[in-house]
Amino acid sequence: MDKPLLSVRNLTIDIPVGGGTLHAVRGIDFDLNRGETLCIVGESGSGKSLTSLALMGLLGKNIRRSADRMDFDGTDLITAGPRKMRALRGGRISMIFQEPMTSLNPAYTIGDQLTEALLLHRKVGREAARARAVELLEKVGITAAESRLSQYPHQLSGGLRQRVMIAMALMCEPELIIADEPTTALDVTIQAQILRLLYDLGREMNMAMILITHDLGVVARVADKVAVMYAGELVETGSAQEVFGAPAHPYTRGLLRCIPLPGKTERGSELGTIPGIVPSLIGDVEGCAFRTRCPHALPECRAEIPRRGAGEHLFRCVHPDGAVSAEDVPA
Amino acid sequence: MSQQKQNAVLELRNVTKTYRVKQGLFGKARPLTAVNDVSLSLPRGEVLGLVGESGCGKSTLAKILLGLEMPSSGQVLVDGQEIGAQDRLSLARRIQPIFQDPYSSLNPRKSIFDIVSLPLRVHGVGQQADWDREVRKILDIVGLPARVMNTYPSQMSGGQRQRVAIARALIMKPEIVICDEPTSALDVSVQSQILNLLGDLRREFGLTYLFISHDLAVVEHLATRVAVMYLGRIVEEADVAGLFDAARHPYTQALLKSVLTPEPGLGVPDTQLGMAYPNPIDPPSGCHFHPRCPMMTEHCRKVAPRSLPTPQGRVECHLFDPESPMTKAEVA
Ligand SMILES: Nc1ncnc2c1ncn2[C@@H]1O[C@H](COP(=O)(O)OP(=O)(O)OP(=O)(O)O)[C@@H](O)[C@H]1O
Ligand SMILES: Nc1ncnc2c1ncn2[C@@H]1O[C@H](COP(=O)(O)OP(=O)(O)OP(=O)(O)O)[C@@H](O)[C@H]1O
Ligand SMILES: [Mg+2]
Ligand SMILES: [Mg+2]
Repeated sequence: MDKPLLSVRNLTIDIPVGGGTLHAVRGIDFDLNRGETLCIVGESGSGKSLTSLALMGLLGKNIRRSADRMDFDGTDLITAGPRKMRALRGGRISMIFQEPMTSLNPAYTIGDQLTEALLLHRKVGREAARARAVELLEKVGITAAESRLSQYPHQLSGGLRQRVMIAMALMCEPELIIADEPTTALDVTIQAQILRLLYDLGREMNMAMILITHDLGVVARVADKVAVMYAGELVETGSAQEVFGAPAHPYTRGLLRCIPLPGKTERGSELGTIPGIVPSLIGDVEGCAFRTRCPHALPECRAEIPRRGAGEHLFRCVHPDGAVSAEDVPA
Repeated sequence: MSQQKQNAVLELRNVTKTYRVKQGLFGKARPLTAVNDVSLSLPRGEVLGLVGESGCGKSTLAKILLGLEMPSSGQVLVDGQEIGAQDRLSLARRIQPIFQDPYSSLNPRKSIFDIVSLPLRVHGVGQQADWDREVRKILDIVGLPARVMNTYPSQMSGGQRQRVAIARALIMKPEIVICDEPTSALDVSVQSQILNLLGDLRREFGLTYLFISHDLAVVEHLATRVAVMYLGRIVEEADVAGLFDAARHPYTQALLKSVLTPEPGLGVPDTQLGMAYPNPIDPPSGCHFHPRCPMMTEHCRKVAPRSLPTPQGRVECHLFDPESPMTKAEVA
């Protein structure tokens, strides 16, 4: 097996806040190979966006990042300086942000912004760059693509802006795309079309992708690997087949019971819930952060939580089987 | 059919809403038909799911039902009476909204007690002591402890805030609740609590809902009837089984195909649908859906389909019209 394209060990993010330190991301590990898609799924505030910003070197100045390893194809992302990071971000790694307006510059046309990175990093002519921009805009379903190039971001609807962002991310044929909720603001039909496009292009260009979402349906359909995040930790990781087929962590199983499954869940029946709220991560966090909401919590859950599992399917729980046996097997 | 009409608590008859919009800075104002000749009836105790792409007119329809927008033409009837003939306050007692965003729809400077009791005060129902009792009661029903009365929205989670919005909508004991994307901004673990709550309240108080959502799995779970909207028109309507088990309109079929169930290994479906949503100011000729329809024929380009009854509801598509050249050719 080749070396992974991206390898992360013990990534930790601390944010100084009024009442102390917010331990937003608490020691996460993962590997990503070329052409692979990793989906990070978890509730709002679990640290998904911070994780992606940390990889790109885009955290705010007050935020502290540390890691034992953050390696992108031989480049150490922990020690890489701003110039090196900028070069990576423009070319080999690209990002699609949750909120497109934060990353589109209102002062420049769509055409300027689409072609900029290509002109800078790939030494192609203006004409070729524009042709590529039009091609990609059409691929993401924007009509009259040619005429869009002279428009400004504020002249586009939210859905169109999001698609421009996606086209922009693909301009340089990156080796890694980090996409933070790229389709959440889009309609279901467009969402399916865009995901299919990202998936197909990923295969075609052997591009790796980190896709951040809270939509379990999206995860199941596009992920090779899944990482379930809760309160700053990866509580379960594995292949999509493993995590959806045999979810080990009580939180993962809880999430899957919350959503109605067409054709499976009886219409109008009571859905599963996860009562309670995510605990504060300010100050020391001991043991399993999910214990306050877990139906299988024990006194031991306050102590160090063992890592369990086999192969790539790993989870953290005091119960050797993640308490699967304690729950009724659904029919 | 006529039986159903009689039981309708809320009915739209040929409702059209046209806005005048300017294109560009100096452009002339042109008409945009956000809701196009819509007839719908909401039988008592039912949940009518309303689905369709962004911009197809769902929220405009909701605003018309709430009396927040006046239709350009057509009638809106509540219990058989025209909405215009009823005064706004008495209408607000019977129809209440729950909107998408629990963050912006609650005034951050008001306490939860103030927010939830506002309708009582506006309608002059009871005294201070009654308000206190009523607020406690409704908070209990939506699953919030009474102590939140003195807190502010910023101190609550998204799910708690949406419960406050629901409590505010229910305190006047409305008959009809218009839910416009009530769970879209929430995590699935919170969404399921709110969906369970809406279901419980319906059974307990016989509420009638219009439920707007992008999430078809959620609509399938909660709705008893479903209407599919495309570019201002209802293109298909059926009971929930008729729609999800036997969708007719090609657009409905594409919508259902796009639903990503959490089943690994199935990949991302091919919707067989063009991506370009038409410009509502300049809608396509004939059937508005024809430029994206995989079943499109020449006839669809020229002639708008009529509304056809089906065993479970109705559909607007030439494929199901025995008089259209397409179906005639097939039969021949
Ligand atoms: N600059 C910051 N200063 C203080 N706290 C922050 C900052 N950025 C993020 N946080 C906090 O860190 C936690 C994780 O945030 P993050 O944005 O990574 O969540 P997320 O998983 O992406 O959530 P969502 O699904 O809502 O996008 C949250 O509690 C958030 O409030
Ligand atoms: N006040 C207004 N003035 C002009 N046009 C409007 C106005 N309100 C809505 N529209 C237009 O009417 C159409 C329908 O809008 P509406 O908000 O009802 O859509 P929707 O189905 O609720 O969409 P979404 O799913 O994005 O909420 C859109 O083309 C919109 O731009
Ligand atoms: Mg985020
Ligand atoms: Mg709307």
